[in-house]
Amino acid sequence: MSVHYWDEEMETLPRVGLESIQLRRLKHLVARVYRTVEPYRRKMDAAGVKPEDIKSLADLAKLPFTVKDDLRDNYPFGLFTVPMEEVVRVHASSGTTGKATVVGYTAKDIETWSNVMARALCCAGATKGDMIHNAYGYGLFTGGLGAHYGIERLGATAIPVSGGNSKRQINIMKDFGSTVLLSTPSYALNLADAMDAMKIDPKSLSLRVGIFGAEPWSESMREEVERKLNLKATDIYGLSEIIGPGVAQECLVTDRGMHICEDHFLPEIINPETGEVLPPGEKGELVFTTLTKEAFPLIRYRTKDISRLIYEPCECGRTLVRMEKVTGRTDDMLIIRGVNVFPSQVEHVLLGVEGVEPHYLIVVEREGNLDTMQVQVEVSEGIFSDEVRVLENLSKHIQKEIKDLLGVTCKVKLVEPKTIQRSEGKAQRVIDKRKI
Amino acid sequence: MLVEQIAVFLENKSGRLAEITAILAENAINIRALSVADTADFGILRLIVDKVEQAKAVLRENGFTVGKTQVLAVEVEDKTGGLARVLKCIKEAGINVEYMYAFVNKTGENAVLIFRFEKMEEAMATLQKEGFTILSREQICGL
Repeated sequence: MSVHYWDEEMETLPRVGLESIQLRRLKHLVARVYRTVEPYRRKMDAAGVKPEDIKSLADLAKLPFTVKDDLRDNYPFGLFTVPMEEVVRVHASSGTTGKATVVGYTAKDIETWSNVMARALCCAGATKGDMIHNAYGYGLFTGGLGAHYGIERLGATAIPVSGGNSKRQINIMKDFGSTVLLSTPSYALNLADAMDAMKIDPKSLSLRVGIFGAEPWSESMREEVERKLNLKATDIYGLSEIIGPGVAQECLVTDRGMHICEDHFLPEIINPETGEVLPPGEKGELVFTTLTKEAFPLIRYRTKDISRLIYEPCECGRTLVRMEKVTGRTDDMLIIRGVNVFPSQVEHVLLGVEGVEPHYLIVVEREGNLDTMQVQVEVSEGIFSDEVRVLENLSKHIQKEIKDLLGVTCKVKLVEPKTIQRSEGKAQRVIDKRKI
Repeated sequence: MLVEQIAVFLENKSGRLAEITAILAENAINIRALSVADTADFGILRLIVDKVEQAKAVLRENGFTVGKTQVLAVEVEDKTGGLARVLKCIKEAGINVEYMYAFVNKTGENAVLIFRFEKMEEAMATLQKEGFTILSREQICGL
């Protein structure tokens, strides 16, 4: 397999060279942010750190973290470092967990973003000749437009189909010959269901690669997507605060880890409890510092995503560090009777049970002083039986597997197909009804 | 000969059974026999209908999980001890009953027993050897 690079020099730079670029950019960033953004200056003063204290990459740890609340407190534009007339675009989060967070871009930031996204597409094997089906939502969400500009930068053909209307999406795939699909992994499965209903064999389509992101998904879900859509499924990572999609992308050589555009986004892994930086290879919360962004740079932004950095060289030749698939969030972590539970772990169990569909819902409640967890699982024809005993054994089996993996006893409720809400974007996997 | 039975997964919530029967009625599908097995969490509706494939298709189209299984229909005289004779012979052959249900035909002379056995072929051979009448789907629908 031939490997395509978008920016070969940067992507294969020896670490020494890369680190020297990172340090130069970091010094410049910290000085600029200290000078121009009052909230940053206040936090750095409080921590007793001055821009000139940054002499090596290790000095990064001296700088205070930035968290989502800092963005909210300075809503909407308080953390921008350039005058608004230089900001050519803004995006915003949906604000589902509070006030929306707003991010801004200068013309150069859009350039940077397009380039890292083009790099991600290349990393997944896309080239100029590809028909790229972009089913990420267009609008204030960074997914759609972020990917779109990358596709155009790459020189491939963008199909800006956005999310929703699965039937139409599939007809477009068929008629236009889409070769690369960009969407959330749960929407990809939604499309697979729709193909099934339309009696369209994915093998009759031209899809070759899928680039899936914007929500955590497991390895078993990858297999499911690959089997049902007849394509190679790769993982992409990004978040609007850092830039949007294109922060990191899995290459075609390994199924372990996404190459981070480290020349733009400097990663760290910290202990989410103590904030201390963890040694290479350890698992913890992912933190990013944007090295090149102009309008809205972030210093040590806590993503709440749980991952691990992989420094071992990759066979694809890229020297850029890899981040492991995000296995959970520090904030979607459920604590059930004192036990930490990630929905992705429950998903992993369910996909290990033959015939079980990856559509599930975790309902957490509190009865008296005791937390209860119910896992709703859709009964497909693959697992259905006309014998009560068989279905009851299935529930017991799932219950046992979850207990074995998580140490939590849950109730498994079998529900009718399509009763768990399908989403066009991020799937909702948890309903927490506890009032604590 | 075995009879095809369709089974439908039901969540325990009101109106689901009504919905299924309405769908079947709209499609002119006649139910010859049915039973519902229920647990605290879900139910399984088992049906013998005149148009099996069509019933399966329309229920699927309406979002139900539908399965198809083979059952055995045994006709006995509607007299005291009819079922007991069948079960005695099955017990002696060492065969387990997974589930069963029964109905009486229009004339009231005969009863039809629908069985799902652990070992279907063996059960059928045993019952035939003992001289029991095994009905086909056509026969059930014609009753």
